[in-house]
Amino acid sequence: MSKKHAELSPAARLTKWLVSGSPFVFLLLFFAAPGIIMVLASFRYPGEFGGLAPLTADPGTLHGLTLETYRFFFSDLIYTEIFFKSLLVALATTLICLVMAYPLALLIARSPKRSRDFMVLLVILPFASNFLIRIYAWMILLGPQAALSLMLNGLLGAFGMEPVHLLFSPFAVLVAMVYVHLPFMVLPLYTNLERHDPALLDAAQDLGANAWQRFWRVTFPLSLPGIFSGSVLVFIPVMGMFAIPDILGGTGDMLIGNLIKEQFLGTRDWPFGSTLSIMLTIAVLLFVWVAAKLGSTRGRYA
Amino acid sequence: MTVSGAGHRGLGLWAAALAAYAFLYLPLLIVIAYSFNDSRLNAEWVGFTWHWYDVLLHDADMLAAAGNSLLIATVSSLAATVLGTMAGIAMHRYKIKALTFMAMAPVAMPEILLGVSLLLFFIQILNLTLGMLSIVLAHITFSIGFVAIVVRTSLAGLDDSLFEEARDCGASPWKTFRHITFPLIMPGVVAGGLMAFTLSLDDFVITFFTAGVGVSTLPLHIYSMIKIAVTPEVNAVSTLLMLLTLTMIVLAARIAPNVLRWKT
Repeated sequence: MSKKHAELSPAARLTKWLVSGSPFVFLLLFFAAPGIIMVLASFRYPGEFGGLAPLTADPGTLHGLTLETYRFFFSDLIYTEIFFKSLLVALATTLICLVMAYPLALLIARSPKRSRDFMVLLVILPFASNFLIRIYAWMILLGPQAALSLMLNGLLGAFGMEPVHLLFSPFAVLVAMVYVHLPFMVLPLYTNLERHDPALLDAAQDLGANAWQRFWRVTFPLSLPGIFSGSVLVFIPVMGMFAIPDILGGTGDMLIGNLIKEQFLGTRDWPFGSTLSIMLTIAVLLFVWVAAKLGSTRGRYA
Repeated sequence: MTVSGAGHRGLGLWAAALAAYAFLYLPLLIVIAYSFNDSRLNAEWVGFTWHWYDVLLHDADMLAAAGNSLLIATVSSLAATVLGTMAGIAMHRYKIKALTFMAMAPVAMPEILLGVSLLLFFIQILNLTLGMLSIVLAHITFSIGFVAIVVRTSLAGLDDSLFEEARDCGASPWKTFRHITFPLIMPGVVAGGLMAFTLSLDDFVITFFTAGVGVSTLPLHIYSMIKIAVTPEVNAVSTLLMLLTLTMIVLAARIAPNVLRWKT
């Protein structure tokens, strides 16, 4: 709004309050408040029958505020281990998505203008199917009776090796993670690559750079901002994922998301579940911060 | 391709891109194909049948879950459209940072965090029995941001002098909104609403934490089915769901062509 409207009329002020106030109050109540409650809950004791213990209670029972859940998190190696495993899976998924998405995004960006939208649509379309259906598809594809397993185990058998189970394995988890999140990497990459000026590549070629050099010296450095935003879009949801390990993983493939789900719905230790959620939030924010830092410094360099 | 002599790489690029497309589509095509397969196992093609769709239509639990899903999606998308449109306008015109943050954070953060924090809030603070109401409230919360983005995008494409002119002609804010702003951003509002509807219909994670024991939705029901066993009935319901979401996306794209770019 320009300066001359800095002084709003009463009607305009009322409009402003109504229009911004309604969603503001709703989100304050159902987004901000639950978040704050969760932070507080992580400093509480678990209740006798799940949930949270009352803040004041009879002497002799655990009540009040405590750092116990945080101490517990760091005291048992199993939790830090699951945390690092989740980090590893998220990083691996991001990397595989990047390797798979890059050629596709590059091809779309270098295709004739009229076919670009259609090629992008083809990347988005699988999103039209429900998330669970996309996971379920891999239950079929990796099943012990499916062609893939039969072929692989036939091959392994021919070499005298033990047959392997593809389903309910870390492999199945990783494949589905990549499958579900691939479009998140393709789209920001494409948006970035589409803006590159082809004249730069021509100039590089005139200077004697071969195709390989043109890619690594020109295209790739320029696409770093796209890579970082794609990485953030893939990393965040993978880090909190519980459904894929739940459905396609084995008993040992638990990730931080499964641990959180277990605390809230299984053992009902809400304070510890809240602590884990806060750890997850911190990890995600750290990753976004690093990616943003890298994106801005590298972007300038390029 | 402006650079000549890129023939090799052009070919390699095509091969890699085709592989990526195949990776995206093959699993879904198999789900669809096996929904018409005359076999209990999703392993090999036996013959064509409508049987699994027949089973689906007589599955009372599945139908009840579908009914719940449609009801929740309708109510939550209507509310999210109103609140999200307001948020989009507020974000564009008043630039309130806290509102922008609260609307966009649920879109960006891992879903499980919103799910568990709402579970905690509903039970511990509101003392609410989880069910339809808690699901609807949760769905509105995560949908507002999506609607707001689309609405803000439509607003950003408008000429601000239009509103100033209306004001200078003595139109009240409400009149300006009703006769100028709203008709212009209508496509964005409708597309945002359709998106909220689809998101609600499809949501699994947040619903999983806010549903409680009594109420099931289509994704929750599908989840409990595939946790037990693989059955072609799931393929049939998947195929129908894909058809429905596809229709919604095509509709949204027709109404506001730039919406697809914003979905991600």
